[in-house]
Amino acid sequence: MKNRIEVGKPVGIEVSIAQSEVVAQCDVDVIAAYPITPQTHIVEHLAEIVADGDLDAAFIPVESEHSAMSACVGSSAVGARTFTATCSQGLALMHEILYIASGLRLPIVMSCVNRALSAPINIWGDQSDIMAERDTGWVQIFTENGQEVVDQTICAFRIAEDRRVMLPVIVNLDGFSMSHVIEPIRFYDTKQVRGFVGVYQPPLRLDPAQPMMFGPVGIPEIYTEAKKANDVALIESRQVIEEVWAAFAREFGNAYRALETYRTDDAEYLLLTVGGMSETASVAIDALREQGVKVGQVKLRLWRPFPHDDLAALLGKARGVFVFDRCLSTAGPGGPVASEVKTSLYNLRERPLVVGFIGGLGGRDVTVQQFADMVHKGIGYVAAGAAPVYEMVGVRE
Amino acid sequence: MNETGYGIFAARMLPKDEPFVQGHRACQGCIPALMLRQITKAIGRDLIVCSATGCMEIISSPYPFNAWGVPWIHVAFENAAAVASGVEEGIEVLRRKGRFYTGRKPAVLALGGDGGTMDIGLQALSGALERGTDFVYVCYDNEAYMNTGIQRSSGTPMGASTSTSPAGRVSTGQVTWKKNLAEIGVAHNIPYVATACPSYPFDLMAKVKKAVEVKGPALLHVFAPCPTGWRCDANSGIKLGRLAVESGLFPLFEVVDGQHKISLDPATMRKSSQDPIGEIAGYLFQQGRFRHLKGRDELIQAIQERVRLEWQKLKAKTER
Amino acid sequence: MKTKLNPTWRELELGCTVVEAGTSAEYKTGDWRSFYPKTDEDKCIACGVCYLFCPDHSRHIAPRKKKVEGAMYTHYFDFNFQFCKGCGICAAECPTGAIVMIEEGKK
Ligand SMILES: Cc1ncc(C[n+]2csc(CCOP(=O)(O)OP(=O)(O)O)c2C)c(N)n1
Ligand code: SF4
Ligand code: SF4
Ligand code: SF4
Ligand SMILES: [Mg+2]
Repeated sequence: MKNRIEVGKPVGIEVSIAQSEVVAQCDVDVIAAYPITPQTHIVEHLAEIVADGDLDAAFIPVESEHSAMSACVGSSAVGARTFTATCSQGLALMHEILYIASGLRLPIVMSCVNRALSAPINIWGDQSDIMAERDTGWVQIFTENGQEVVDQTICAFRIAEDRRVMLPVIVNLDGFSMSHVIEPIRFYDTKQVRGFVGVYQPPLRLDPAQPMMFGPVGIPEIYTEAKKANDVALIESRQVIEEVWAAFAREFGNAYRALETYRTDDAEYLLLTVGGMSETASVAIDALREQGVKVGQVKLRLWRPFPHDDLAALLGKARGVFVFDRCLSTAGPGGPVASEVKTSLYNLRERPLVVGFIGGLGGRDVTVQQFADMVHKGIGYVAAGAAPVYEMVGVRE
Repeated sequence: MNETGYGIFAARMLPKDEPFVQGHRACQGCIPALMLRQITKAIGRDLIVCSATGCMEIISSPYPFNAWGVPWIHVAFENAAAVASGVEEGIEVLRRKGRFYTGRKPAVLALGGDGGTMDIGLQALSGALERGTDFVYVCYDNEAYMNTGIQRSSGTPMGASTSTSPAGRVSTGQVTWKKNLAEIGVAHNIPYVATACPSYPFDLMAKVKKAVEVKGPALLHVFAPCPTGWRCDANSGIKLGRLAVESGLFPLFEVVDGQHKISLDPATMRKSSQDPIGEIAGYLFQQGRFRHLKGRDELIQAIQERVRLEWQKLKAKTER
Repeated sequence: MKTKLNPTWRELELGCTVVEAGTSAEYKTGDWRSFYPKTDEDKCIACGVCYLFCPDHSRHIAPRKKKVEGAMYTHYFDFNFQFCKGCGICAAECPTGAIVMIEEGKK
């Protein structure tokens, strides 16, 4: 396959389009998807690539996201490399089948263009959609900009289809503020990408030549073992994820880690962020450093498997950790990221005070100043030795 | 014996192979299970089955006892048709790319109960039919959600007492008419729609074969008595299927490229009366689920009237 | 059956898949039966109706020869009592009344 886009040097391109181009480069066999804002550009563009004959794939225009994921399970079960994209209400509608995709160990790759959940209906970005799918058994990766989306999408296929993993992977990107933005992105040679992801060799598939049963009833005598096997597979996928990222760095130059750090070296306080708003937060970190505040930033890229030990090691020595969540766990123990970070730290003999902030909901902008304010507020809580369970930022009282 | 259509050595003409295997856990006298036996016999082993949640899924797949001799997948309750879409389209691409399934293309069969088809799975079914997925969808209609304890579905007939449409002091059981699944299929303009019943095995198997051979979606609505849910004798399923067909309650017909054709005309089968829609009471009162209708003559009358009307509508379609 | 009944989580196939077909044959449903079918071979005309209608494929073809009223039949049927659940369909549908259902334990 010849290159559809210029490779080797950054070109200005909408992130959604870039992701669909790279999905095509990965030579997917089946795309089953249903439109939902702000995911639409991804699947529309893939439909075009297929319609132009540039990708030999089946594009299944299903009648719902539930059927999208169901069709993905079907196509993956016959050994087809399978991709879909969704978000928000669509992801919620898929919920039931997400567990089944991972339970059946099918290496589907999905793009999730993070968007708020109704009600009230809201098409703009936050992370409530994906946070509701934390426990579905998928590998879940966050990205911060278009280049990361492209790179992680390539990595996703290789991670998912590794024999040691055989699990579906979600690549998250922020709705609109990433998906609909034109960014400079460097593409790679299609042949090289195809070489990197390889040809999918399914260990098991539905085939009359060797009939088998996918999805038997997990009677009580077997269910626990089945769950244990999936749990271990997801935990141990970490090893493969690191290998794939390392291989990617060797092959294409960009290096990735489960937790990215920014100016953390002598930091007493750490601001932890996830996704596209991390870039705004970094600007705030710069400003605070100017003011002499010893604050650094930790960006969580790998959400599942959860990098428990890495977090403990990285955050444990700080005096205060300020976690920014773009999801409200209504009347719960704090934002999902904050409560999981707390869990990672709880058993340490000495641990920082963890302060949870919730904001950026439903496309609400969070400014540099607001991130700086969170840090100042957090430092105040550390000084006082106590903090509320969580608090919302940028809400009109 | 003529009315069931088998001659003396008919069984010998059938494939001996049994791709649906013994040791499944269906209740005694389960006709949906018999249907699976007949269907797989007709299709053979070049087949992939996508099953919806329901009795036929549960009874054939408790780990590690696999009652299937063909590849089989269960995903969820409402999505058998969507899963089949993925399976079929996946196979198509992989064939094209020369990766797998390079020999004969296997038949793809989606399987759902009346609940999994007419209720919760109707959307996925409609989607797959409309998209032209090259598969066979079989709805085995035992007229309620049996797997979860005999709750009503939109396939439950008028007057039947189920656990969520119970007959009571002020209720006569189900108060709605059975959904016409076959005509929903016909409305999708698919190449093949048929009704069938395991009491007429040769008719059923011939239809299954046609359904597989046709390019594009085919829908089979199979009437399948369930002794447990219908509260009838375990040995009565075949007889009840026959009575339902003979009385016109469940007419057997096929619709090929939009053209209706009646498979078995009740008028020619019934010995007792010229009227194809004879008394249905004989059918109803062999089943506990209708027992409370004794003495409710107006309702039985209404059911009878409805059967007559539906039959006339069907007849009119064949005469176009 | 190669598939283990109670495997450890390590022994489970990927996704809990049963990689063997037809393993249900290891599960004998015959002990569900409270009545068993019995054929009066003199009445049997080897028509196969019982075979066609058995939901458990417990009436199988057992090729042997038998002479009935001058005709020679080569297809003939036996019960498989390992699986027969005793539903009585074969008895109810047999056109010649050759099959009767008898309570288990009785002859
Ligand atoms: C989404 C969802 N809702 C409900 C159920 C529970 N459930 C499982 S099978 C079933 C009924 C199946 O009825 P039908 O499709 O008629 O098949 P049958 O059991 O009668 O063979 C129900 C309600 C489920 N598994 N999934
Ligand atoms: S409940 Fe009915 S359909 Fe289900 S296994 Fe028993 S007889 Fe068959
Ligand atoms: S149905 Fe009766 S007559 Fe026919 S083969 Fe069976 S036992 Fe013999
Ligand atoms: S009693 Fe039922 S299960 Fe046994 S052979 Fe006859 S039809 Fe089959
Ligand atoms: Mg049912």
